[in-house]
Amino acid sequence: MPTQKTIAATGNTVVAEAMRQCAPDMMAAYPITPQTTIVEEFAGFVAKGRVHTEYITVESEHSAMSACVGASAAGARVMTATSSQGLALMWEELHIASGMRLPIVMANANRALSAPINIHCDHSDIMGARDTGWITLFAETAQEAYDNTIMAIRIAEHPDVLLPTMSCLDGFITTHSIDRVCIMDDETVTGFVGQYTPKNALLDIENPVTHGAFAGLGGPFFEFKKSQREAIERSRAVIKDVGAEFSELSGRPFGMVETWGMEDADVAIVVIGSTAGNVRHVARQMRESGIKAGVVKIRCFRPFPYAELAAALSGVKAVAVMDRAESFGAEGGPLFLEVRSALYDATERIPVIDYIYGLGGSDVRLELIETVLNDLSEIAAGAQAPTGLVYLGSR
Amino acid sequence: MSKWDISGLNEWKSDEFPLGAVIPESGNSRDYVTGGWRSQRPERNDATCTQCLICWIMCPDSAVNTENEQVTTFNLKHCKGCGVCANQCPVDAITMVPEGCDLPEVK
Amino acid sequence: MQQLTEIRWHARAGQGAVTAAKLVAETALELDQYMQAMPEYGPERMGAPIKAFTRISSVPIEIHCNIENPDAVVVLDETLLAIVDVAEGIRSDGVILVNTCKTPEALRAELGLQGSSVRVASIDASGISLETLKRDMPNTPMIGALAKATELFDVAPIVSHLTKTFGKKFSQEVIDANIASVTRAYEEVSVG
Repeated sequence: MPTQKTIAATGNTVVAEAMRQCAPDMMAAYPITPQTTIVEEFAGFVAKGRVHTEYITVESEHSAMSACVGASAAGARVMTATSSQGLALMWEELHIASGMRLPIVMANANRALSAPINIHCDHSDIMGARDTGWITLFAETAQEAYDNTIMAIRIAEHPDVLLPTMSCLDGFITTHSIDRVCIMDDETVTGFVGQYTPKNALLDIENPVTHGAFAGLGGPFFEFKKSQREAIERSRAVIKDVGAEFSELSGRPFGMVETWGMEDADVAIVVIGSTAGNVRHVARQMRESGIKAGVVKIRCFRPFPYAELAAALSGVKAVAVMDRAESFGAEGGPLFLEVRSALYDATERIPVIDYIYGLGGSDVRLELIETVLNDLSEIAAGAQAPTGLVYLGSR
Repeated sequence: MSKWDISGLNEWKSDEFPLGAVIPESGNSRDYVTGGWRSQRPERNDATCTQCLICWIMCPDSAVNTENEQVTTFNLKHCKGCGVCANQCPVDAITMVPEGCDLPEVK
Repeated sequence: MQQLTEIRWHARAGQGAVTAAKLVAETALELDQYMQAMPEYGPERMGAPIKAFTRISSVPIEIHCNIENPDAVVVLDETLLAIVDVAEGIRSDGVILVNTCKTPEALRAELGLQGSSVRVASIDASGISLETLKRDMPNTPMIGALAKATELFDVAPIVSHLTKTFGKKFSQEVIDANIASVTRAYEEVSVG
């Protein structure tokens, strides 16, 4: 296994470092809290000549993603980063990037959307973009944010995939906390990500192509969307392979779904992002008082690991889903809808309760998670499950 | 470069199209005949035409044919009959005339 | 060192509490500990009361949330005692360290902690800083005082880490002044 350096750094610092090591040809970015230090530190690498990236400062996120789409169509390896309102402003280009099958890699510092204005963590930005056709990875820690960013390049640029990929990390909690992180050396990362050989590059003047043509009524638009679906389905195998290869190098596990204590769990919590550690911590404590609790962490949200999730949850008596985003008017938050759908084909009907938590950075105190596990334990013992979703810790 | 064969396009399955909806061949809009969209056809009066070439500049479909920097004919295979040329002509040398069923240059 | 030590910092924005929280975490890493340091973010203005957090552990730290029951509370500005409940949630065997000229006994009375098992420590970090650094930057001396009051580290690893990080951006004079302030605070802190 190659040697690694252990450093004290924030999530944003190590994402910028991962991007430098992936050596993109081009980056266009616009700063937004709490993503800012990613692009700021990357700009510093460019200024010092530590990476030879064409860094384009733009006047908005709409322009940032437009420029990234153009550069990627030209044949460049492209990376960028955003957050919240910035991701929302990129909306139309997110679809264009995936429809044009451009393997852009973007870090997203998860932050609430206005109004009221708020700069802190929740998942409403990325969950709003979940149907844009981007592969979406989530990090629990700064370490995973670093690892996911490097893996994202390999996944996105894989010839079977060629889809844009987002690497999400929780705003402030992960982006701005100083954590203990293992960093690989440049040669190892360079070797792992390899050279990018673009398909249909506009700058390949020997083979001229047209990007962005019309595919209207009666045309093949429908078939193009189907091919996008086929590509993201193929990405499942690629994500697993790339994850396994990266694990070999890093010594750190990777799964689209990562479980803790599920072998004999009676109750389980499904969770995404930085809260997973809090949940594991409480589950471990509750086991000492006899509650057989397990944790299922989703590390890849698109494509959604339905089969893996259903397998992990088979045999439990009650499931809580932790949603850090709303889907107003739906039966639950975005993750809840996926989990319930994944369990539809299970032979045993398992009660699934949705907990909306931590919106706008509301602190995820450990006793809140304790109440969830206590609820589950009672439901597993036969108590009536609550009807409708629960706003965890809200007044 | 050999021609991109799109003869079976209407039967193609999702995996038979080029990646990301690209057109892997340059200049093939020449093969796409738009003359049939026309209800009026431009006609140029050679006697009043000053050969200023404004119609050639303005035509959105590059359908004004020239030879030795002189306007000769209109490319009726691609002219959509929009009338921009007639509207822009400073000496009214171009008039739009109703198109019959007969489109000899398209056939 | 116990398995997990949680430290909460109270300061006014601009006093260097976030840097201090980070320096303590980095020192812990050099001693091969697991660590976390994070500010409580908000729209910051110079002078506004802020909080920051440091966790140090001999085993990996899984939790990511604010510290509600700290083992140690560090107060960089004693005027905060009148407007912030710095003792909130402190563990019964915890320690509150304040940058002040007052004695631990006087502080204990001011904090309303008479008869409590919580330890109270005082250090004139601003005074030390004015003498060594020639300006009021209490954050580095507070690290020395914290190390002693909590028995978290010896002074040597702090000095070695300061030398390493400050060496990149500051003159030898500034580094020496910082080391002097840390060492003096380590020696002079009084715990009651």
